[in-house]
Amino acid sequence: MRWIRKNLVVIAGLLTLAYMIVPNIVVMVFSFNKPNGRFNYAWQRFSVDAWKDPCGVADLCDSLTLSLQLAAWATLGATVLGTMIAFALVRYRFRARGAINSLIFLPMSMPEVVMAASLLTLFLNMGAELGFWTVLIAHIMFCLSFVVVAVKARVMSMDPRLEEAARDLYAGPVQTFVRVTLPIAAPGIAAGALLAFALSFDDFIITNFNSGSTVTFPMFVWGSAQRGTPVQINVIGTAMFVIAVLVVVAGQIITNRRKKTATT
Amino acid sequence: MSATLTKEETPTPPIEEPPVRKASARKRLVPYWLLLPGIVWLLVFFALPMVYQASTSIQTGSLEKGFEVTWHFQTYWEAFQEYWPQFVRSLLYAGTATLLCLLLGYPLAYLIAFKAGRWRNLLLVLVIAPFFTSFLIRTLAWKTILADGGPVVDVLNTLHVLDVTSWLGWTEGDRVLATPMAVVCGLTYNFLPFMILPLYTSLERIDGRLHEAAKDLYASPATTFRKVTFPLSMPGVVSGTLLTFIPASGDYVNAELLGSTDTKMVGSVIQSQFLRVLDYPTAAALSFILMAIVLIMVTVYIRRAGTEDLV
Repeated sequence: MRWIRKNLVVIAGLLTLAYMIVPNIVVMVFSFNKPNGRFNYAWQRFSVDAWKDPCGVADLCDSLTLSLQLAAWATLGATVLGTMIAFALVRYRFRARGAINSLIFLPMSMPEVVMAASLLTLFLNMGAELGFWTVLIAHIMFCLSFVVVAVKARVMSMDPRLEEAARDLYAGPVQTFVRVTLPIAAPGIAAGALLAFALSFDDFIITNFNSGSTVTFPMFVWGSAQRGTPVQINVIGTAMFVIAVLVVVAGQIITNRRKKTATT
Repeated sequence: MSATLTKEETPTPPIEEPPVRKASARKRLVPYWLLLPGIVWLLVFFALPMVYQASTSIQTGSLEKGFEVTWHFQTYWEAFQEYWPQFVRSLLYAGTATLLCLLLGYPLAYLIAFKAGRWRNLLLVLVIAPFFTSFLIRTLAWKTILADGGPVVDVLNTLHVLDVTSWLGWTEGDRVLATPMAVVCGLTYNFLPFMILPLYTSLERIDGRLHEAAKDLYASPATTFRKVTFPLSMPGVVSGTLLTFIPASGDYVNAELLGSTDTKMVGSVIQSQFLRVLDYPTAAALSFILMAIVLIMVTVYIRRAGTEDLV
């Protein structure tokens, strides 16, 4: 009993962690299921059929490719626009700074449905055809704020004296930016871009409102929840999880190595 | 993530203009050129849509005959009268989920910040990792976990938890799926990382020597937590609860996938009014009511929580 009391925080924390991981394990396990009927909610028997043929379901891989393309463009757009805003906000004093800060903050402090619905009224009023472009516009819009916040945090912690030093050493403004500012800000920009990619790829609510008949991967999963979920969805979910974890671990190893070589 | 809701803590001194000459007019325009594209994007695709939605909400008409602005403000009242149970439910579910996120997330954030040692990075990866599988797939997995006669239901039944929750109206008989409990469980699960990450960053900033000082002054661990740790983690608590509550109040995915018609949240109503019923004025009014409720609650909460450096 004393042991439990002493380690209460650790036990509670690990239980929460279990709560967070269990669904991923279920997704993984059920990717090896051979379901009876259309729904893959109950365990039947082991099979690797779905892994052998992940694109075997009509439209599944099309939606996946579409989502990847969409996320790539949305990331590019939001990262470029967001990084520019972040630099302007941190590096310059000008009028309307407060107003601009709130304009950036607002999209994050609003339920997604509200944004999705209002954007739809705009598109309906303009008579825009719903599809890839309207979704891309929407994704850039809501990813933008997150990029600004991520880049701002990094640029704010930068030592301005480094750039002054570069200028003292006769580096031109462009040279200073490319060789000093950008490399220091890069981790922040990368974090913002990664966040934008994840947000765009996984977004459902805003896409649901503004996609028309375009089917992104989350839309496909949503539809399949009503029609019957193919095992392939679990395969893709598992693959995404494994790939992401590998990328994170690899990144960790690389930064650790760099730190080691930097100190020796 | 931590900085998502906290505004700049330490304003950096503005970069000094090169001292040689007075800043030229061209140079003074630089920040505006940097801002222009992004701000125009936000104005056109975030602010302007709000105006269109406002105008839609006071229109009357039908899809066939077309809609017209008639300043029909009654739509708001009618919509609220018809759908107030969904509003109440949304706020109740989102509030409960936020509270559960705080109760579940705090120990884990604390564990990672103070006790994990060299496991810290691994634990952080495990917190973020579930993110990578599409949240819809993970939410569907809860259908399997909470299924009738499944292990979770069995355990809760044996422990007589379901008797209590059924009495409270959170479950029905021996099912969990398609009840409020399933929806709240899904919401809690989906938004937990949004609670844990801000909590972790604000806990991590706390100087460990403060704990030692409290101990030296004969504070028990509980007192130390109450008087030192928790107050210092308030910025994390505030931004975590906001990051959880706001999206949860508008969510309809969990209610649709894990709930039943009795657990519909207001997001579902807005979605079906917009995309299926095509009653745009009502849908727009509902969306604005939700926005107003959330903004008012958030403002009051931030005032109460008293963290000036927020918003």
